[in-house]
Amino acid sequence: MKPAPFAYERPRDIASALAAMASSDGVVKIMAGGQSLGPMLNLRLVAPDTIVDITGLAELKHVEVAGNELVIGACVTHADIEDGRVPDVTRGAMQRVASAIAYRAVRNRGTVGGSLSHADPSADWVSTFAALGATLSLRSAKGVRLIAMKDFMLGALESMLQPGEMLEAVRVPVMSASARWGYVKSCRKTGEFAHAIGAVLIDPEAGRARVVIGAVEAAPIIVENAEELFGGRIAGDFKTRFDARVADSLLAKAGMSDAADRHIHVTILRRAVAEAAA
Amino acid sequence: MRNERDLSSAAPASKQGVGARVPRKEDDRLMRGRGQFVGDIRLAGLQDVAFVRSPLAHARIRAIHIPERYRDVVFTSADLVGIKPIRAITGLAGFKPSDQPILATDKIRQVGELVAMCVAPTRAEAEDIAASVTLDLEELPAVYDMLKAREPGSPLVHEHWGDNVFLESFFELDISSALDAPIKVTREISTARQCMSPLEGRGVIATFDHRLDQLTLYTGSQMPHIVRNGLSDCLEMDQGQIRIVSPDVGGGFGHKGILLPEEVCLSWLTMKRGFPVRWIEDRREHLVAAANCREHHYKITVYADHDGTLRGIDCEATVDSGAYSSYPFSACLEAAQVVSILPGPYQMPAYRCRTYSVATNKCPILPYRGVARTGVCFALELMLDLVAAEAGLEPGVVRLRNLVRPEQMPFDNITKKHFDSGDYPEALRRAVAQIDIDGIRARQRKGEKDGRLIGVGLSIYCEQAAHGTSVYSGWGIPMVPGHEQATARLTPDGGLELKVGVHSHGQGLETTLSQVAFEMLGVDVAKVRVVHGDTAMTPYSTGTWGSRCMVMAGGAVATACHELGERAKKIGAKLLQVDEASVVLVDGEIRGPNGSVTLKEIAHTWYRRPQDLPGDVDPGGLEATSGYKPQRDSGTFSYAAHAVTVAVDPDLGDVEILDYVIVEDGGVLVNPMIVDGQIYGGLAQGIGTALYEEMPFDRAGQPLNTTLADYLLPGPTEVPAPWLDHMETPSPYTKFGVKGIGEGGAIAPPAAIGNAVNDALRSLGVEMLQSPITPRRVLQGILAARDAERPAA
Repeated sequence: MKPAPFAYERPRDIASALAAMASSDGVVKIMAGGQSLGPMLNLRLVAPDTIVDITGLAELKHVEVAGNELVIGACVTHADIEDGRVPDVTRGAMQRVASAIAYRAVRNRGTVGGSLSHADPSADWVSTFAALGATLSLRSAKGVRLIAMKDFMLGALESMLQPGEMLEAVRVPVMSASARWGYVKSCRKTGEFAHAIGAVLIDPEAGRARVVIGAVEAAPIIVENAEELFGGRIAGDFKTRFDARVADSLLAKAGMSDAADRHIHVTILRRAVAEAAA
Repeated sequence: MRNERDLSSAAPASKQGVGARVPRKEDDRLMRGRGQFVGDIRLAGLQDVAFVRSPLAHARIRAIHIPERYRDVVFTSADLVGIKPIRAITGLAGFKPSDQPILATDKIRQVGELVAMCVAPTRAEAEDIAASVTLDLEELPAVYDMLKAREPGSPLVHEHWGDNVFLESFFELDISSALDAPIKVTREISTARQCMSPLEGRGVIATFDHRLDQLTLYTGSQMPHIVRNGLSDCLEMDQGQIRIVSPDVGGGFGHKGILLPEEVCLSWLTMKRGFPVRWIEDRREHLVAAANCREHHYKITVYADHDGTLRGIDCEATVDSGAYSSYPFSACLEAAQVVSILPGPYQMPAYRCRTYSVATNKCPILPYRGVARTGVCFALELMLDLVAAEAGLEPGVVRLRNLVRPEQMPFDNITKKHFDSGDYPEALRRAVAQIDIDGIRARQRKGEKDGRLIGVGLSIYCEQAAHGTSVYSGWGIPMVPGHEQATARLTPDGGLELKVGVHSHGQGLETTLSQVAFEMLGVDVAKVRVVHGDTAMTPYSTGTWGSRCMVMAGGAVATACHELGERAKKIGAKLLQVDEASVVLVDGEIRGPNGSVTLKEIAHTWYRRPQDLPGDVDPGGLEATSGYKPQRDSGTFSYAAHAVTVAVDPDLGDVEILDYVIVEDGGVLVNPMIVDGQIYGGLAQGIGTALYEEMPFDRAGQPLNTTLADYLLPGPTEVPAPWLDHMETPSPYTKFGVKGIGEGGAIAPPAAIGNAVNDALRSLGVEMLQSPITPRRVLQGILAARDAERPAA
C-alpha cells in the first residue's frame, strides 16, 4: 500500500497554489490534511500526477467573525473547532460535531475544507454546514464565487469544484437566539463513518426549520422549508408534531428502497428533532 | 481450592514463583517501543518484494505479461524450478489433499493468490513494477458458498476430486432413544468468516550466509521449528541449511502458525539473487489474502425433557475451509474438531454429528484463538437457551441439570474427551449470582425509560489445552507434538538462561517461565533470560499453539531446572565436603548440615575457578536439557462461565453491553495478572466475533471488507471491563497443576452475547442465530416480525 509516484508542491500563498495547479500537467489533487486522500493514495484508488499541499497557506487558517457570519479558513482543523480555537457562533453546535469526528488523531490533521471538498456522504461537515445554512467561498484564477452548501455537493465524492478551483473558506451564519439545534449520527463503533445522520436547525419563533438527512450514499437530503415534516406548521411543539411517515416517503422518493435503511434514517432524524427540543 | 504445589524443589512460596503477580519482564522494551519486530530489522543491501496477486477468485491463467524492462526483477512459477508446493495432508480416512502452489501455476483458486513476485530497492518501486504486470485470465464460476459447494453440479475448486469436500467426519451413536423427547428444537446457526487481526501482520526477511552455508529467514512465527520443517520440504534443503528466527511478534492467534508461500518465495529469491529480501504484509493483503477463519454452519437438533435434561443432539456442520489445506494444521482440523468437541462439558445419552470440510474459492481457513470452539460454543449454547425457553426454565437451570459434576471428575464425556478436573456448576452459580439474573428479570418486567430492551445471556465453554502425542498422532497432520524440551544453563555470574522452542508473542512467557525457574531454583526473575524464537538456539518444539506453552514449556523448564539443581547439589556437596544426600536446594543456595554455598558461588567455581573443584567432581556441568510430558497427554480442560447483560435498541438494532461477568478456572495460575490480560484480550476478540467482524464475499468470490473502514474491529470503547473471578482447580496430570488458558476468553462471548440479545428480543419473537449480530440483522429481524404480526390487508 504505497502510492504511485506523484509530484509534490507545498506553496506558501494562495496565488502560488493556484499557479502550481495551473502549471501542472495531468491530474492535480489538493491535499488539505490528507486524512481521506492519504489512504486513497496508498490504496492507489487515486493516482494524481501532482499533489498540491495547501496546509502551508496561512490565509487558509484564518478565522474571523465578519458581520453576521463566521468565516472559517479551509485549513482549519476539526481539532481547532473541538478545542474552542474558533469563535463559537452556533452555541456549541459546531464544537460538539467536531469532537465526534473519527478519532483525535484524524481531527488533529483533518480540515474543514478538506472534508467538504472530498464530499464523502458520511462525513459530518457536509450535513452540518447544510443544516446551518453555510456558504462556501471557492477560489480560482478567475476570482471568487460563493456557493450555498446545499448546492455544493452533487453526489458521493462529487462537488461543484471545477479544475483549477479550491475551497477557500466556509461562511457560517450566526445562530439566532431562538434557534434549536439537533445533531445525531449512527455509527457501529466510536470513530466509524456514520451510517445515518440527522441534522436539524429549528426556529420555532420564526416558524422555520431546516432539516438534513445525511449519510445516504449521495448528497444529503436537504429540506429547506421543513413544515411538511411537522404537520404543516413549525411551533414550540415541533417534537410531538414530527411526522415520521413524511420522512420515510422523502427517503423512498430519494431512492432508498431498503426498509431497514429507511427505518434507521427516520429514527436518527426523530432523535435529532428530540435533541433540538430538549 | 488452592494449588497443591510440587514441593520437590523445596523452594519456598514467594513473591516471584508460581502464583505471583510479577510485572511482565518483556514490557520494559515493548512499552517503550524498543521491541524488535521483523519490520525493524535492517540488513545491508536489503531489497523489498511486492506481489502480483490474483484479482479473481477462480480463473485459468492464459498469460502473464511482464514489461521487457522488468524481466529481471519479476518472477513467476516458471522461474521456481524444483520448488515443491505446500502440502498439508491428514491421516483421516477419505481426506483429499491439495497442492498450494508457491506462485500460481495454471489455475487461480482465490482472490489474492500469489501470481508473480517483484523485487526493487523500495516497496513503493516494487509495487510500481507489480502494477505494470498484466494478467490474461479466463474467469471461471466461483465457488463462493460452502453449502452450495456441496451440491452436485457445483463448479469445482480442485477438478480431479470430483466434488468440493476435503473431508467428511462423523461420530454416530444410536439416537433413536432421544426421538420421543417432549422438547425438540431444530435451528440453523452460523458464524461469519472473519479475519484474524493481530496488530502486526506477517513479515519475512530472507538472507543467505555462505560461510555457514545457511539460509536465515526472519519471520514473525509462532512455530519457528515447524516453519523449518515445511521450508525444508518445499525447497528440498537440509534442515541444517535453514535457520528460522522469529523476533518480537505482535500477536499471533493462529495466523502466525502457518507456513506461507511468501516464506518459500523469499527464501528462493535471496538464494537466486544473492542479496537479502524483505516482504512486509500490508493490511489490505492481510484482509484480502490471509488470516481467514471461523466460517461455520450448523443444522442442529437438541432433544430434551420438560425439566431440561438433555436426551440427545443431532448435528450436521459445514466448515468453509477455503481453497487449500494450509501447513501444518490442514483444512480439516476445524471440522473434525467440531465432531468431537460439540457435547463439551454436558452429559447426554445420545449424540450424532457429521461434518464437512468444504473447499471454496476463498483463502484457506486458519485456526484462530479458540479454533473450532468459538463456533461450537455459539451453536450449542444458543440451542440450550432455546431449549430453556421451550421448557419455561431459566437458562442456568437447564445448564445445571446437564453439566458434569465435580464428583464425577475425572470424567469421560460421550465423545471420550477426558475432563481432568473442575467444578463447572460452581462457576455457573457464581456467574449467575454476580450478574444478578433475578434483578435483571425484575428490570425487564418494568421496562426501560429509553425504550431499549434488556437481556441476559450465559455461556459455558471448555478449552482442551496442551493435548499431545496421543491426540495429534490420530489426526495424522504434518506436526505431532512429543516431549517438550527446555535447556537451563547457569551462567558464570550465577544468572540463568532458559532456552525453549516455543515462542512468546504476547503471552508473557519470558516472565512466567522465569517464575517457574524461580520456583525451582530460587534465581531472581530479573536474572533469568528466556531465549526463544530461533531454531539455532533452542530445542525442537512444535511451538506456540493450542494453549500449550505453560503446561508443556513450563513443565520442561521445571524439569530442566530440577536436573540443573541436582547437578548443582552434587558440586555444592563437594564444595561443602558433605555427602550429596545431606544437601538441599533452598532459596538459590545449596545447604548442608554445617553451611551453605550459593548457586552463584557454584557457577563461579565451575566456570572460573575449576582448580577449586575436587578431581572426582561430576563432569555434567551446569547446563541441562530435559524433556517433559504430562502424566496423561489428552489435554487439560480449563473452562469458564460467562454472563452478560445487554441493551438492544429496537429502532436501530444497536447492542450495548451493560455488564460482563467471567468466572474462570484455569487450574493453578502461574501469574494471575497475565491470565487476566489473556482473558481481556480474548474477550475483545470474542466481542468482535459476536458483534462486529465479518468478511463477506460476493458471488464472484470477491472479499468485500478489504480495509479496516469496512472490516470492523472492536476498539477500547466497544470492550467493557469485565468482572473477573478465578477458581483454581489443579490439573492432576501437570507440573504445578497448571492448565492452558490462552484461548478461552475468545470462545464464550459470542454465545453469551447472542443469548443475551435473544433474551432481550424474545418478547418480539425475534432470534439471532448468525454472527456477527449486526444492527442491520437485528433490525431486519424486528421489522420482519412486525410485518408478520400485522394482519394482511
